[in-house]
Amino acid sequence: MAHSGINVLFEGRNLIRLFGGLWTTVEIAGVALILGLLLGIVLGVLRTFPNRLLRLVLRLYLEFFRITPTVVLLFLFYYILPRQLGVNLPANQMAMLAFALWTSAEMSDIVRGALISVPKHQRESGMAIGLNRWQLYRYVLIPQAVSLELPATVNLVTRVIKTTSVLMLISVMDVINVGQQVVEANNQKFPTGVFWVYGMIFVMYFAIDYPLSWWAKRLDKKRLERANG
Amino acid sequence: MSSWQIIQQSLPLFEKGFVLTLWLSFIGIIGSIIVGLICSLLKYFRVPILSKIAVIYVEVSRNTPLLVQLFFLYYAFPVLGFKLNAELCGIVGLIFLGGSYMAEGFSGGFDGVSKTQVETGKAIGLSQLQLARYVVFPQGLILSVPALAANMIFLIKETSIFTVIAIPEMTNTALDLIGMYYRSNEYLLMLVIGYALILIPLSLILTILEKRVRYGSFGN
Amino acid sequence: MAKQIIKVEHLEKYYQKDHILHDINFSIDQGEVVALLGPSGSGKSTLIRCLNGLEAYQKGTITFNGKQVEPTEKYWQQVRQKIGMVFQSYDLFPNLTVLDNILLGPVKVQHQSPKVAQASAEKLLDQVGLRDYEKAYPRQLSGGQKQRIAIVRALALKPELMLFDEVTASLDPEMVRGVLNIISKLAQDANMTMIVVTHEMNFAQQIADRVLFLEDGRILEQTKGDQFFKQPQTDRARAFLESMAF
Repeated sequence: MAHSGINVLFEGRNLIRLFGGLWTTVEIAGVALILGLLLGIVLGVLRTFPNRLLRLVLRLYLEFFRITPTVVLLFLFYYILPRQLGVNLPANQMAMLAFALWTSAEMSDIVRGALISVPKHQRESGMAIGLNRWQLYRYVLIPQAVSLELPATVNLVTRVIKTTSVLMLISVMDVINVGQQVVEANNQKFPTGVFWVYGMIFVMYFAIDYPLSWWAKRLDKKRLERANG
Repeated sequence: MSSWQIIQQSLPLFEKGFVLTLWLSFIGIIGSIIVGLICSLLKYFRVPILSKIAVIYVEVSRNTPLLVQLFFLYYAFPVLGFKLNAELCGIVGLIFLGGSYMAEGFSGGFDGVSKTQVETGKAIGLSQLQLARYVVFPQGLILSVPALAANMIFLIKETSIFTVIAIPEMTNTALDLIGMYYRSNEYLLMLVIGYALILIPLSLILTILEKRVRYGSFGN
Repeated sequence: MAKQIIKVEHLEKYYQKDHILHDINFSIDQGEVVALLGPSGSGKSTLIRCLNGLEAYQKGTITFNGKQVEPTEKYWQQVRQKIGMVFQSYDLFPNLTVLDNILLGPVKVQHQSPKVAQASAEKLLDQVGLRDYEKAYPRQLSGGQKQRIAIVRALALKPELMLFDEVTASLDPEMVRGVLNIISKLAQDANMTMIVVTHEMNFAQQIADRVLFLEDGRILEQTKGDQFFKQPQTDRARAFLESMAF
């Protein structure tokens, strides 16, 4: 009977443990996002510079992250960093690093796209009043790019949060790992508990991501309306 | 054993995983396109009730991770009496996820058709159905191609998550081998190359297709 | 003799294989107003953009204020502070208020004190009748207002030469007069040196000390203003004037 299983959530410290796992998830996503978005902005700006070699290197950086599934990426960091490079980080921090670099790659493409879609005349008007390259980016291009890229950035944030679900694979004690333990520990007492625990995790992810993607959609709609009239 | 021997020895197993990844992706993408198209049509024509259901489905599906969806299907559903084998779970999960992404892609295309086009169509007296048939869909489908292409690549990568329910696709194969023989470098290298072999040609083809479609229909 | 502001010698411009400008030669003295006329596609805009370093040129030299311009971005950046340019599409920065649009150059490029720059910006805004709009954003202004602000933005750098590239071409007819009046006033009262690309023939006739007539990337005629409109020397110029009169 499914309805009795819901009590698994209120048994002992189960609910608190789940929220603790969620906190780990949010923490990893948060740190990765802050680092990744900042690095991504820098890389995105660099990708609009005329230097071809620089652009090629950054393009390859992007493509590597584009074609590698996040699960694989995580395992690359998990195995390669300690064994080949002698870097021994706790799993949490390794995950932050891997996610931050992945975020930076995706962000660099968003920033580049926004920068090159600022109309050419804007760039020329800036040049005509004598702005140098740094000033042109600082006062004209980046402020305009930010409003163009904001919806895509918010969407990237939701993607990163969803992708944290793969953390369980490298035994980070994230919300899903905790959930699995709760299910196993209570399997005897609550045979249908599994339904409620995973249901709870489902709701948790939805509760974080839905408002964000709703916001992104609204921003995008506003931007389109402004562009059309 | 040398790295080369390791790679050679595991090649047949990898090949199996590679083929399974391709096959699951293929089914998943086709299914997602069908589900997505249906949902976007329900939304476009504002079909009573059904369009509301489509909207709810899209929001639930695209705002939750595939991994959690799979756990739900694979571990939680049997408790309610539905039991699916792992591969079927994977396919159903992938289509559940991909359907919403594709729906968003199609809807974005339909919404992207310029207002003046729609108004011009109305001005010459087209009915709602004719408007859709002759103006909105032909232009909107082309506008949605880039999003659909990106979704395909995304879904192929998502099949790597099938490893959590032990479907022996490519990632699962590699992780199993690493677990057995501790040769992470070789197996991870093969895994990255495996995905590159699928995704690089595909993204090239899709880029060319995108250009071709745009050129063919708008002449610029 | 008046001081020479800009001199162009043997300027050639290619765009890939197309030869856009052929052996362009002219010079302009301080206080002179030159109208650059010619049919669409004759290279007027390209030429005026070359004078500001926005287009590269492949041969020839530009001398500004007695010094030959080195064709590097860094050098142009210095020169541009002395050359104001106004574009057809006005191009105010949408992310900045009217006042900030105007102050960006003086404060960030020329490092004037913000107070002094603001005082002179407000004076300029008064002159074009838009003082009340200094806190507004560009999207709140009409096309004619935007273009007037764009002129102020260029003037705020205290340029020695102003370039106007079809500044009324995308304005509604009723907005055109106001913008042209400002340019006329600038020529008469401030004795500003300027090059004007325009399709407004009455305006050109009224304002130009000299006309450069351009066709297919060549200067076909350099004549005193009134003389060009009354007695053009070439058949091409005559045909052009006839096509513009209606």
